[in-house]
Amino acid sequence: MNYKFFPHTQDDLQAMMEKVGVQNLDDLFAEVPDAVRFHGEYQLPEQMSELEVRQLFEQLGAQNQQLVCFGGAGVYDHYMPAVIPNLLSRSEYLTSYTPYQAEISQGTLHYIFEYQSMMAELTGMDISNASMYDGTTAAAEAVMMAVAAGKKQNTVLISETIDPKTLKVIQTYAHFHGIQLEMIQQEDGITSLTHLQSLLSQHKGSVAGVLVQQPNYYGIVEDYTGFADAVHEEKGLFMMDCIAADLAVLKTPGEWGADIAVGDGQSLGIPMQFGGPYVGYMCCTEKLIRKMPGRIVGMTSDNRGQRAFVLTLQAREQHIRRQKATSNICSNQSLMALFVTIYMSLMGKEGLREAAQLSYAGAHYLCDRLLASGHFTLVYQQPFFNEFVVRYDGDLDALLQKLEANGIFGGVKIADDQLMIAVTEKRTKEEIDKLISLL
Amino acid sequence: MNNRLYGNLIFELSKPGRKGYSLPKNRYGNYDIPAAMQRQEAAQLPECDEPTVVRHYTNLSTNNFGVDNGFYPLGSCTMKYNPKINEEMAALPQFANLHPLQPAHTTRGAQAVSTLLKKSLCELTGLADFTLKPFAGAHGELTGLMVIRGYHQSRGDEARTKVIVPDSAHGTNPASAAVCGLEILEVKSTADGLVSLPDLQELIAQHGPSIAAMMMTNPNTLGLFERDIPAIAKMIHDCGGLMYYDGANLNPLLGACRPGDMGFDVMHINLHKTFSTPHGGGGPGSGPVGVRKGLEPFLPYVSPYTSGNFAVVMRAYSYILSLGREHIKEVGPLATLNANYIKECLKDVYELPIDGLCKHEFVFDGLKDKSTGVTTMDVAKRLLDYGYHAPTIYFPLLFHESLMIEPTENESKDTIDSFISVMRQIAEEAKTNPDLVKSAPHNTPIGRVDDVQAAKHPITTYQQMIADKS
Repeated sequence: MNYKFFPHTQDDLQAMMEKVGVQNLDDLFAEVPDAVRFHGEYQLPEQMSELEVRQLFEQLGAQNQQLVCFGGAGVYDHYMPAVIPNLLSRSEYLTSYTPYQAEISQGTLHYIFEYQSMMAELTGMDISNASMYDGTTAAAEAVMMAVAAGKKQNTVLISETIDPKTLKVIQTYAHFHGIQLEMIQQEDGITSLTHLQSLLSQHKGSVAGVLVQQPNYYGIVEDYTGFADAVHEEKGLFMMDCIAADLAVLKTPGEWGADIAVGDGQSLGIPMQFGGPYVGYMCCTEKLIRKMPGRIVGMTSDNRGQRAFVLTLQAREQHIRRQKATSNICSNQSLMALFVTIYMSLMGKEGLREAAQLSYAGAHYLCDRLLASGHFTLVYQQPFFNEFVVRYDGDLDALLQKLEANGIFGGVKIADDQLMIAVTEKRTKEEIDKLISLL
Repeated sequence: MNNRLYGNLIFELSKPGRKGYSLPKNRYGNYDIPAAMQRQEAAQLPECDEPTVVRHYTNLSTNNFGVDNGFYPLGSCTMKYNPKINEEMAALPQFANLHPLQPAHTTRGAQAVSTLLKKSLCELTGLADFTLKPFAGAHGELTGLMVIRGYHQSRGDEARTKVIVPDSAHGTNPASAAVCGLEILEVKSTADGLVSLPDLQELIAQHGPSIAAMMMTNPNTLGLFERDIPAIAKMIHDCGGLMYYDGANLNPLLGACRPGDMGFDVMHINLHKTFSTPHGGGGPGSGPVGVRKGLEPFLPYVSPYTSGNFAVVMRAYSYILSLGREHIKEVGPLATLNANYIKECLKDVYELPIDGLCKHEFVFDGLKDKSTGVTTMDVAKRLLDYGYHAPTIYFPLLFHESLMIEPTENESKDTIDSFISVMRQIAEEAKTNPDLVKSAPHNTPIGRVDDVQAAKHPITTYQQMIADKS
């Protein structure tokens, strides 16, 4: 029992067992049938000292290759200001639970209120929940929310230009939740309004919602003029899945007339960390507040007349509704919500725009150089933001291997001859020029 | 603390022209974002300098209470110590800078960590395989139920759409089942707080061919070990259903039992409970799902990347290595000893509805003396005054005044003894000065909040707050 995380001395153990009325620790499991007791030894490594743990992870870490990242496809290598990990490591934030006891959780509740305010601003929507797991599950929740908000409408239309990973998660949820999904065709990398209209009339009365992405999977900034009207005419909800950081500059879901905005907040400086944790966001119109899944923090006052924040509208939530719930979410991604809240506080109104402008410029500079090399062509003749798809006239695998040998992750291969490349404000001109020099 | 001095919203600290960032110069030339793409008005985000931001969030943190601040006996949440080495390992740049779609041969170390963690989880649970994809416990539950439904569907057994859930179950169980398109059958608890076998028998007789699964947590939410588990598992298996284990209460079983050996086919684990990864104020968590041999093909695509919340996975594996096979088996017994000791020391003043050995947690039904009018809510709030987090209150729903206490293995006898004496003190105050308890807390940054006002007139953003004032 003598171990650094366990404070029990032999005397403590003795005194406690006496009080409880057992002879030894085994007796604490007296009611457990022997047939299900575990008597063996776990086949696990022996305990390691802190130094050994560190050495092991460093050895494993050395088996990973540190590459200059031109990959995107939903995960972007943005810069994380030094302030953030420093503040996030504060135990008061890190080691607390969901803020059930408002009187000793104002830190968490306060920043979630700020987070909700910032996300509402960024998306141009009325309100936001306290955050979700990630962008893909947020999209799946939006789809279920649209169906729950509808009147027996059970079909959701999704654009073919959405990230296929998001689509796959939605398909999983929809399959088990009994939601019908139909795909809206794309033409040259953008969602076809004509096809949307024909689907809407084909499924008249049963379309609960329509989901599109901005910038779309290929990095293209789509023109969604007319979409919201078409969807609203059929009493469905218009949903947009947007890359959070880009909304500092792009026309917002609010401006496009969306009812629900979802997406991933990873682009707000969160390290890529091999897939997570990131943070999903969900915003909507005020009208839909009682249909929205997840936690929501509201402002109120305490019995001393002070402004205070508290988890609110909990009647919507799973622990109250149990089997009548339309979502089983019972937490948020709190610490990551704090991450992006601090990020947006530091970057502010101007910094986010400036970073977006840098990413945009870097991507277009690189694209121009690639086209000028004569070996690349743009797959889609459409306006893009900081990510784009090119076709290569040579052996793409060989090229990617050559880049990798020079410390560069050249992008995400999405077809035999197609490469999707992303540039963020973190990429330097030298890095881009080096990539070009290796062609 | 400093709610009065530093209670501003970050928006209220903003002044036009301040900035808290620095970016490299744009050296790419003229690549301006076309006006047609752009939003009409800039997002009204705060404009603050770096010191202001740092001071704001540092001071805000002091209005919070975490495991590192003090005892956090929040039942069913397993608020154990979060070792600091885990944080450092998770942040190692060799892992943190990996793009999840990098070629596989460039991420071998990261994949090794995931594989090693999965192997450890298999060993600790007696199941054949795990997926790390689910992001949280509730997400894991949903994933596990998808496995079960997928399994039945693959056999053409479409009729199996009902899930048996005990009336003491965590609220997420029925909600996850509903989201998975399944119907709930509630099985009652006996007076001993365990699943009623006759009631279960009747449900099976009535619904047998439509039963997809039974969801259980063992020990259950009363902290009691369901000793009939072998019989229950057999009954469910015999009628063609599968057994789902809700891993929220796995902690006391480390060193004692394995869900696989108890007859469970599918389970989730909350890495943020049993495996010490920090709760972070409500997330990120991680809810790996384990399955018995043969069910692997039914693991669904519930998130994009195979390692899920990878940085959480890193922490959990670091924890397992630190404890090793020698000490991981001591976790369950110590957590169980701590819980039983508290129970025995307080059951003369707090109502213990079901006596006997508990596991990692137990439930009081409020104060023994009900004449004072002091409720479980009041006791919880008064505890805050004494520097403790409150236990879980009003759950499980089986009792009116539930007060659910889970101490974990990391608390010393000294800490627990102090807590016990404060609990006794509060029971005394309830008799001598009930108003003091009913109006608690008094020593916290804010007093009791008006929940009704918050829900009746929701103000959930700064913008709404401004609009509301004018």
